[in-house]
Amino acid sequence: MTQQLVEELFIKYFHNPILDSQLDSAMLSLKAGRWAMTTDSFVVKPVFFPGGDIGKLSVCGTINDLAVMGAAPLYLTCSFIIEEGFDIGDLEIIVQSMNSTARKDGLTIVAGDTKVVERGYCDGVYITTTGLGIVPNWINYSPSAMQVEDRVIITAPPGAHGLSVFAARNNLGVDPPPQSDCASLFSLIEPLNSLEVRCMRDPTRGGLAAVLNELAVKGKKGIKIDESLIPIDSTVAYLMELLGLEPYQLANEGAAVIIVSKKDAERALEILRGHPLGRKASIIGKITAEIPGQVLMVTYLGTERIMQMPSGVIIPRIC
Amino acid sequence: MVNRAAISQLAQKISGKVSYPVRIMEVCGTHTMNIARFGIKQLLPPGIKLISGPGCPVCVTEESDIDLIQELARIAGVTVFTFGDLYRIPGSEGSLEKLNGEGADVRITVSPLEAVHYAEQNPAREVVFIAIGFETTAPVAAVMIDLVRKKGIKNFSVLSFHKRIPPVLMELVREDSNYIDGFLLPGHVSTVIGTDEYQPLAKIWSKPGVVTGFEPEDILQGIYAILEQISEKSCRIEIQYKRGVNKEGVPLAREYMSNYFEFCDASWRGLGVISESGLAIRKKFRDFDGFYRFSLGNRIIKRAPITTCSCGEILRGVKVPCECLLFGSVCKPDNPVGPCMVSSEGSCAASYNYPSRYEDPSIMKG
Ligand code: SF4
Repeated sequence: MTQQLVEELFIKYFHNPILDSQLDSAMLSLKAGRWAMTTDSFVVKPVFFPGGDIGKLSVCGTINDLAVMGAAPLYLTCSFIIEEGFDIGDLEIIVQSMNSTARKDGLTIVAGDTKVVERGYCDGVYITTTGLGIVPNWINYSPSAMQVEDRVIITAPPGAHGLSVFAARNNLGVDPPPQSDCASLFSLIEPLNSLEVRCMRDPTRGGLAAVLNELAVKGKKGIKIDESLIPIDSTVAYLMELLGLEPYQLANEGAAVIIVSKKDAERALEILRGHPLGRKASIIGKITAEIPGQVLMVTYLGTERIMQMPSGVIIPRIC
Repeated sequence: MVNRAAISQLAQKISGKVSYPVRIMEVCGTHTMNIARFGIKQLLPPGIKLISGPGCPVCVTEESDIDLIQELARIAGVTVFTFGDLYRIPGSEGSLEKLNGEGADVRITVSPLEAVHYAEQNPAREVVFIAIGFETTAPVAAVMIDLVRKKGIKNFSVLSFHKRIPPVLMELVREDSNYIDGFLLPGHVSTVIGTDEYQPLAKIWSKPGVVTGFEPEDILQGIYAILEQISEKSCRIEIQYKRGVNKEGVPLAREYMSNYFEFCDASWRGLGVISESGLAIRKKFRDFDGFYRFSLGNRIIKRAPITTCSCGEILRGVKVPCECLLFGSVCKPDNPVGPCMVSSEGSCAASYNYPSRYEDPSIMKG
């Protein structure tokens, strides 16, 4: 596979006036205002998983990082590290899926780069994407804006992406295989920007548990959630039970955790549930003055337990 | 879904039954995990103490057994298949995970059959499946050996560290017959073996035993049944988990097990050598026995533990995880010092992952 071949692929799919000009840098004419910028690298094994692939994931991931800050994503750059010998047909599928995901949200891919490295120096393909989006001037999402009695919403059942990749990686042999929820959240959460939203996060690595803990620490407040209000996906729940795991530590790639004022919580829920990605959205808890920096969960039994920051290792039980 | 009303009713019934301290051992790791996860101790009156038992397969694996697996993995041409948690337990010279970085071929699997397929496709490799677990997983290993025999696969063997639950329980009561007042017996193990082997617990040692399911309601019902037996002063082995267990177990699974395995002495971490508490591959199938095939010598190597891990005391119910000096500070799930922190079913991992603000105050500092 040559560098040139890859670049031809980019031009074929991503083409747009800015990219087509093929200058050393993309030239953008930006209007005055506040811009959000984010960058993220994606390494996922397997590269193709039920419900998506690394291409779709790399675009959605960056869109979602912008969207949860209230930004409208506009521009994207991408950089590929490709292992020598990686199938060019597979690469084309990945590029195609990046393209269609980006276009759906009106995102323009303005620059790209590739490096092909020797076999063994990377695992298939790694993609880094950087996104730029504009933020309306009245928006200032931050965990420090959280107030006691604010409500906590999750837009979809936890764990779908994490489980899908886990199942594929470990040959769980479940049929049909669990699907990733990998999706762009922009159209789902953009309508909330007119409400009293304090902040949003997408629960990727470490899942719901990681995001809630992070919010509690950064916002210096406690979070109290009710396990029985957390939406569940029956496939995820069944497999988790079997593996002796809880879905709260597994990643989503198409869900958001939203902290919204008590007053606007029901309205937000209504808006979310009107969108295909938010049908199962639910208010799962609230911000409290108790236990600052920690997350308390009322279990199905009505008992309480601290929801711990996940340790990062996911190990199923043996028997 | 859990019925909160039924749960609180049960909890009340339990409170009404206890007038003196009762110590109940939950034998199985899945019980330990669910008790922590659902905060079940908060529902119990202070008189009831739940003690975690030796029913977490990884936790009872000896350090010297890990060393033995490493010795095997270092042999050129050998591919080792193991379950994920075994992979991460530190032996005296680091974990299997670390060995992999040094050129060994150790693979994690959730399905033992994957190892058989790998052996079939790679006849030049010596494939060894590390079989740990109790009577739940032993029949699976037996079926694998059966399959490999019938297919004529020559490059596959099993390194069996399988252990049996009934002998270890007998050993615990023999050591100190006053320490435990009753047993929540494991659901899955009993599905296979039935209840006969537990009878001496009730008949000889006068300990109530209730085979219990894994849902919170099951666990509370199991506890209640034990209390009832205590107050009636009649001890027997009872089945709460009727949807999963009957008295006879699963005859086919037991048959496979006894065709391929025989009882042997086995060493349990923290508990020492317990006679007839292990399962070794029968001599006539020793071509499939990793110990024989790779001349790994005596399966019981006694060696003083070198880590300061308190897993042994925790397994005997003498300490609780937060009493270990390393708990939550040095020892965490992403840097486990002992097996009780590695396995999701281990007491230390359960306490770490599902802390309650009422117990384990030490974790708040961590
Ligand atoms: S906390 Fe760690 S070191 Fe201490 S007993 Fe548990 S596993 Fe062993």
